[in-house]
Amino acid sequence: MAVTTGTQLVKETTRVLGPGQTPGGIDDTVNTPVLSGKTPMWWWIGFGISAALLGLYLVSVVHLVTTGIGIFGNNQPVAWAMPIINFVWWIGIGHAGTLISAALLLFRQPWRTSINRFAEAMTIFAVVCAGLYPILHLGRPWVFYWLLPYPNTFGMFPQFRSPLAWDLFAISAYATVSLVFWYIGLIPDLATLRDSARSRFQKLLYGVLSLGWTGSARSWGRYMRAYLLLAALSFPLVLSVHSTIAMDFAVSQLPGWNNTIMPPYFVAGAVFAGFAMVLILAIPLRRAFHLRNVITMRHLDNAAKLLLGTGMIVVYGYGIELFMAWYSGVEFEVFMAYNRVFGADHGWAFWLLIMCNLVAIQPLWFRSVRQNPIALFAISVIVSIGMWLERYVIIVVSLTKDFLLSSWFNYIPTFWDWALFAGSFGLFGTLFFLFIRLLPSVATSEMKEMVHHDAHHGSDHYETIRDSYYGEEGRA
Amino acid sequence: MSDVAASPNAAPAPAELYGLAAEYETSDDVLAAATAAHKAGYRRMDAYTPYPVEGLDATLGQRPTRLGFAVLAVGMVALVAGFFMQWFASVEFYPLNVGGRPLNSWPNFIVITFEITVLLSALTAAGVMLARNGLPRLHHSIFNTPGFERASRDRFFLCIEAEDPTFETVDTRAFLEHTGALAVTEVER
Repeated sequence: MAVTTGTQLVKETTRVLGPGQTPGGIDDTVNTPVLSGKTPMWWWIGFGISAALLGLYLVSVVHLVTTGIGIFGNNQPVAWAMPIINFVWWIGIGHAGTLISAALLLFRQPWRTSINRFAEAMTIFAVVCAGLYPILHLGRPWVFYWLLPYPNTFGMFPQFRSPLAWDLFAISAYATVSLVFWYIGLIPDLATLRDSARSRFQKLLYGVLSLGWTGSARSWGRYMRAYLLLAALSFPLVLSVHSTIAMDFAVSQLPGWNNTIMPPYFVAGAVFAGFAMVLILAIPLRRAFHLRNVITMRHLDNAAKLLLGTGMIVVYGYGIELFMAWYSGVEFEVFMAYNRVFGADHGWAFWLLIMCNLVAIQPLWFRSVRQNPIALFAISVIVSIGMWLERYVIIVVSLTKDFLLSSWFNYIPTFWDWALFAGSFGLFGTLFFLFIRLLPSVATSEMKEMVHHDAHHGSDHYETIRDSYYGEEGRA
Repeated sequence: MSDVAASPNAAPAPAELYGLAAEYETSDDVLAAATAAHKAGYRRMDAYTPYPVEGLDATLGQRPTRLGFAVLAVGMVALVAGFFMQWFASVEFYPLNVGGRPLNSWPNFIVITFEITVLLSALTAAGVMLARNGLPRLHHSIFNTPGFERASRDRFFLCIEAEDPTFETVDTRAFLEHTGALAVTEVER
C-alpha cells in the first residue's frame, strides 16, 4: 500500500526499519523538522491549545493555593478523590516510556529504538503532571519539603513506615532516574544537531546541551556501559513505582483496597495505559514528521499486542478482585463488590470500564486492526478513558460506602477538579510540543547503529521466519 | 580554528599540531585502520564515530570500563545508608510506638532503601561516565578537523595524536593514506 505524503512517497512496511535507509538519511528524516526555520501551522495550533490549557492550570493552581483545597469536591469519607485519581492515571502513563527504553533494551528488542526517545519524553512529562498532584493536594503545598528527611528544628523525621513516605521516594527517584536516562541517551543526538545547526540559537542550544560530545570510540565504550546500567536500574525501578503506589491502597484496611493483587495489577494497568498513550502520540507524530519509514507498522503492531496482553492481565485483576471479595466471606468486602458492580450510584462506572478495557481491546486480536492506525488511535483513546475510570472505581466507589452507614456520602467533582485535570493536559501538551519542535523525537544515533546492523544482518532474525511462513505478501 | 593559523602570533605548525586525522566511509574501514595502527605501534589515538562500533575501543587498546564496579560500590553504600537513615530515625532519634509494632519494623523500610539504592547508583553511572569521558567540555582539538561535522552523521575518523612517541608527521600521514582513508588532514591544537 503506497501512501503519498506531501513531498515524499512512503511505502508502509512491517519491517522494523523501512527499506533503503542510510545513516545520513535517518538524520535528514528526524532532524529536518527540528532544525527547520519554519514551524508548521499544526504545531502552532496544537501548542496554542496546550498553552491555553496550561493557563487554565496556572489559574487553578493560584486559586487552589490562595483559597485552599476546599475548592475541590473532596469530602469525608471521599478524602482521596480527583487529585489522587489523576495522579495515579498520569504516573501510570509514564511507565510505558521506561518499559520501552529499559526493559526492551535489556530483552534486545530492536523495534524499541525508534519509539524510545519520545516515549521517554512522555514519561518525564507525565511524571511532572503526576508529581504535582500530591503536592497540590497537601493543603499547604509550600511546605512540601517537610516530607523529606532533612535535619530540621522540629527534631522530627517523616514516618518511614507509611506508604505515603515510600511514594515520595519512589516518585522522586523515578523522576530523577528517568530524566538522567533520557538526557544521557540524548547527548549523541544533540551532538548531531550541533554539527548540522544553522542558526546561532541552535548552535548555542545544542552546543551547550551536547556537553562537548565528540563521538570518540573510548567515550562510546563507557557511554554504552552507562546506558546499559541505567536500563538495568530503571527496569526494577519502574516496577517498584507503581507497586508502591498500589501499596498506598493495599496497606489500608478499606474494602476494595486491601488486596494483595494490587501491586502487580497496578503495574500491568500502568503499562496498559502507557502503551495506549504511546500510540496516541506516535500515530499523529509519524504522520506529521514523515517518520513512517522509522516508526513502521511493526511498531504499531507490537505496541498493540502489548496493549492487548497487559489489558487482559488488568481484566484478570478485575476478576480476581471480585472473586477475592466473595471468597473472603467478609461482609464488607462482599458489599463493596456488589456495590461496585450493581450499585445504583456508581454501577455505570464499572460497566463503562469493562466496555473500555475489556470489550474495546478485543479487535486487537486481528492483524488488520493492529495495523490500522485510525482504529488503533481510537482504541487507545478508549483505553485511556477506561484506565481513568478504573482509578475512579477503585478510589471513589470504594470510599463512598465504607463500613459505617452513617458515614456514607456521595462524591461530586467540582469545576476546579475538572479545571486542574484539563489544565494538566495543557502542561503535558505544552512540554510535548516544545519537545518535538526542539529535540529529536527519534534516537538518531541508535537508529544509525540499527541501519548498520540491518544492512549486515537484516532487520531481525524473525524476519526470515516470517517471510518463509507468510511469503512476501504477508509483509505488505 | 583557521583564525588561529592565520594569526601572526601563531607558532610554527609542529608545535601546534594535535594530530593527523583520517576520514573513512564505513565502520569496517575505520576498524581495519585502527587495527593496523595499533599493530604499527601507535597508542595515543582515538576514533570518532556517529554510533558505537563494536570492538573499536578494544582495538584502540582501551581496557574494558570498570564503571560497573563504581556503580556497585556506591549502590552498596547507598543500600546501607538508606536503611540506616530509617533505622536511626525510627529506633534511636524519634521512636514512635505505632500500634505496638516493633520500632525496627524493617520490612517497612525496604521500599525506601531500594529507591535510594537505585537513585544513587543511577546518578553514579551517569556522573562517572561523564567525568571519565571528560564531559562537559567547551572545546576539543578534534573539532578543528575539517569536515568533522560528519563524524556525528555518517563518517568515521581515526586521529593519531602528535604526542604519540611513534608519531612522525610524514610517516604517519603516509601510513594513514595507505589505510583507505578518504582524506588525511592535520589537526591543529
